[in-house]
Amino acid sequence: MYSAKMLELIKTVEATREERYKNEPNRLTADEKKALLNGYHPDYQDSGFGTIQVGKNKGEKAPIELVELLHANSRIKGIEFDFDTPKYDVDVLIIGGGGAGASAAIEAKKAGANVMIATKLRIGDANSTMAEGGIQAADKENDSPQQHYLDSMGGGHYANKPELLRRLVMDGPGAISWLENLGVMFDKELDGTMLSVSGGGISRKRLHACADYTGLEITRVLINEVRNLGVPIADYTAALELILDENGKVAGAVLMNMLTGEYVVAKAKTVIISTGGAGRMHYHGFPTTNHYGATADGLIMAYRVGASLLYQEAIQYHPTGVAYPTQLFGALVTEKVRSIGAQLVNIDGTAFVHPLETRDVVSSAIIRECGERGKGIPTPNGAGVWLDTPLIVKKSGASMIEQSIPGIMHMFQNYGIDIREVPILMYPTFHYQNGGIDIEAGGNTKEIENLFVAGEAIGGIHGRNRLLGNSMLDVVVFGRLAGKAAAEKAASVNLGKMSLKHIDDYAKTLEAAGIENDMVSPKLLPDYVRDLHKAYN
Amino acid sequence: MELAKVYFDGKPYDVPAELTIMTAMEYAGYRLVRGCGCRHGFCGACATIYRIEGKSKVHFVLACQQKVEEGMYVASLPFFPLDKRTYNMEEIRPDDQIMMQFFPEIFGCVACNSCTKSCSKSLNTMQYIAYAKRNDLKRCAETSFDCVACGICSARCPANISHSLVGLLARRLSAKYLTPKAEHTRIRTEAINAGEFDAAIDDMIKMPMEEIKKLYDTRDIEK
Repeated sequence: MYSAKMLELIKTVEATREERYKNEPNRLTADEKKALLNGYHPDYQDSGFGTIQVGKNKGEKAPIELVELLHANSRIKGIEFDFDTPKYDVDVLIIGGGGAGASAAIEAKKAGANVMIATKLRIGDANSTMAEGGIQAADKENDSPQQHYLDSMGGGHYANKPELLRRLVMDGPGAISWLENLGVMFDKELDGTMLSVSGGGISRKRLHACADYTGLEITRVLINEVRNLGVPIADYTAALELILDENGKVAGAVLMNMLTGEYVVAKAKTVIISTGGAGRMHYHGFPTTNHYGATADGLIMAYRVGASLLYQEAIQYHPTGVAYPTQLFGALVTEKVRSIGAQLVNIDGTAFVHPLETRDVVSSAIIRECGERGKGIPTPNGAGVWLDTPLIVKKSGASMIEQSIPGIMHMFQNYGIDIREVPILMYPTFHYQNGGIDIEAGGNTKEIENLFVAGEAIGGIHGRNRLLGNSMLDVVVFGRLAGKAAAEKAASVNLGKMSLKHIDDYAKTLEAAGIENDMVSPKLLPDYVRDLHKAYN
Repeated sequence: MELAKVYFDGKPYDVPAELTIMTAMEYAGYRLVRGCGCRHGFCGACATIYRIEGKSKVHFVLACQQKVEEGMYVASLPFFPLDKRTYNMEEIRPDDQIMMQFFPEIFGCVACNSCTKSCSKSLNTMQYIAYAKRNDLKRCAETSFDCVACGICSARCPANISHSLVGLLARRLSAKYLTPKAEHTRIRTEAINAGEFDAAIDDMIKMPMEEIKKLYDTRDIEK
């Protein structure tokens, strides 16, 4: 329910709706976008960042919270393990049970490998499950992989690794076919043609969807298939460190039962890191759309064995996180809401930015509106701007909302807000880790043999800013790639003696750099008990 | 700050009244491992049952989506053992016997409607089971689509049905066999596999970045 003050302010939005309906805000020029980003996007500011002091990315910038974890102690420092009788002994160990891990498991199993998944919470407790908007692929007549490449390269500020982006766009239509064949319920016309829409920074209607539950639908089908194939799944099993063999090649991981605290050794010929994002690290104090376990664990483990990170400082703030009500603070309101016609409006009723600029540009515009310009709408959590959803009704009727974004409609209905009737309050929220572990076109890390990466833990596919719908696609494309590649590689691997010497070596490097602290990493879970007490007491 | 008295595992706590059940548990000191997943209503990890002190009605919700209320007695249901059947999607077909074959217990449904009454997403669960019984897989798929598999319905069901898995099979069969395939997706995939786009994409990759920038800034955007 809105406060009386908020209801009063909504009248201003209603008063300008007719005029805004006729005149969309202009698109920004390249220079205007640059100025907005430089002035207001958190990535482009100095505060909130630190410098990595050890390892492959020594001297580079990263969010303070990530630097702290890279500089922290191993959770298994000083503990001896029995490597002769590992609990698990497999060809392929997949760490992380989201869409990328599930895609990898299916392909590895089909390639004949003995594969397992270890996942920190339950399988499917992942950002993949929460993706709302859709999945891109250039499969329509007026579209092409090179057009998809161009959109993604521009959106990523020309920092995308070309060989990774090439694979993403070229494997896109095949990924959609694969999912369709597995039985994913895509939105279609009666003749089977995919219903597809546009989105921020996308020049063709290339976004495929399953209502606004795209990620949930894709992920639950993938997991169901993993179970059908009989792939063992170790739920509530976090990875703490990678194990190397005497030749410095990955040979497994030390795992921990999250419920009992028991340590377990998994021996594996190849390992796939599909541990996802970092939203629960709350970089720069932002709320997040991410799931509970999104704490960059894979980045920490890979870094300790000598892999490098790429664009670890580039974070995606989704422009439309919920600013009100408090119970939904930081929750995602899919970009699709803007794709189908909603505009962003300030306290004066002015549409201050074109709703389909790229995410980083729109987020910067909202931060400027609520900050420097003072044109935000006050909320208990700070300020927000209006997302004028009734404009969708004006453009396409109420059924458009009911059919295209039922999840969002219900989410607000729970709190007495009917998005068909009134606009909703938005502020940017930490949505995606644009960067991650640096990989080559085969899905493998350059430095460390037998180590593969899939999904959000990869850095480089999306440059410094990902387009919507490219993450669900990368989860499937690079998940499948890693599964196939890891299975193939495992067939020729002969592991040497297993060792955790690299953990001691890393600790010595920290010591030599004068870094001393009592923190441990990976983080595994955020500490909201502490945070809530800070907030309320 | 307005407080509410709530009971977790029978023990009372005073918590800020604006919190959800999940954040209130954390405020009370619970460091959650089970019963907490996406925290935004998609994953079904935080199935929760509560009753208001002195009232008979039992409520079924997701802890991350429900605000606390004065006098709430809360119990979590972080896990419920569903009965997963395995099948090969390439071999099975949406024929008349398919539901009988994999989920025969749905025919033991006594129409008590407990599943619908306990759905944390307010779905018409009994109806989608009814559609499954008469092999109307398309309707079963549509009606069950918003299911997050929290498992509360299965915990309440006297016929031991694993509802979410019935819906999932219906959706997969419906999407794979009862809905026309996207012809344009198949055609494009085949063209890419045949190498028809290799030259165009490689040309773009070789292009100097300044030219790519120019192309991007002047590209036409489909309305």
